[in-house]
Amino acid sequence: MRYVRSFVGFWWNFIVGDDWRVAVGIAAGLALTAVFQVWWLLPPVVAVVLYASLRRAVRA
Amino acid sequence: MTTATLLAGLGAFLASAVEMVEALTIVLGVGVVRGWRSTLIGVGAAAIVLTGLIAVFGAALGSIPIDSLRFVVGALLLVFGLQWLRKAILRSSGYKALHDEDEAFREEQAAAAAAGDERRAGVDWYSFTVAFKGVLLEGLEVVFIVISFGAAQGRWGPAIVGAAVAVLLVLVAGFVVRGPLERVPENTIKFVVGLMLTTFGTFWAAEGAGVDWPGDELSLLAVLAFFGAVSWAFVWALRRRRVGIAVTA
Repeated sequence: MRYVRSFVGFWWNFIVGDDWRVAVGIAAGLALTAVFQVWWLLPPVVAVVLYASLRRAVRA
Repeated sequence: MTTATLLAGLGAFLASAVEMVEALTIVLGVGVVRGWRSTLIGVGAAAIVLTGLIAVFGAALGSIPIDSLRFVVGALLLVFGLQWLRKAILRSSGYKALHDEDEAFREEQAAAAAAGDERRAGVDWYSFTVAFKGVLLEGLEVVFIVISFGAAQGRWGPAIVGAAVAVLLVLVAGFVVRGPLERVPENTIKFVVGLMLTTFGTFWAAEGAGVDWPGDELSLLAVLAFFGAVSWAFVWALRRRRVGIAVTA
């Protein structure tokens, strides 16, 4: 079990990193894109997610 | 050659170059102090594992329908790319220290000199382990990018050739310089790679979600320009904020 946990932990840290809210924001943006079927929605959502993540990093 | 093919090759080249520069620093630091035989065995073993990963995952992903694959790969690439971009913006605006290859080289040398001498089967295990781990961990990001680009495009050539050319160039440069490549503008390259990963991730994830981009692959350039402008604005704003805090203090 310990190996499974450290394996999952490694890949989580590798892909998601130290700000899990970025992954949540992107998932929400993709869900909205799939529902409304518009191409222009995702880039601004990504920009907002990046802004929020930078703000948290700077304040920390 | 299409826009996506060119950008994918360039993205894999730049990502591979910057990660291999970091791996080279680790390998040189250990090899110079403790000898080359065990160090190079470690490098070779890591290269075999990385090549195996590309072959296994490449074959497995080939059987998944392209739209589902683009959605998942695009989403992962987007989250992964935003990590690169966020760190590059923080470094450019002075909120995070720049990576110093010369300092990393000296630290690696000091650690290698201080480590004990444990030999098994004629192999120096410290040299082997450090070289193996260094190349494997730095190379894993390149493998992730190559697999993502290759699988989402359905064409493996550009990403593999881009990454392989970068590895060869860094190896030749390392052999010529015989030291860490500290003059490589790592943060600028990481900034560009972060922008490209974010752009491709956005493009493929939205396409996988069923969206048609205007101008198809040509819109990659517009998305890249958009994220470039946004990132530049963030760097500018953060630099101003930092200067403002310094003046107030």
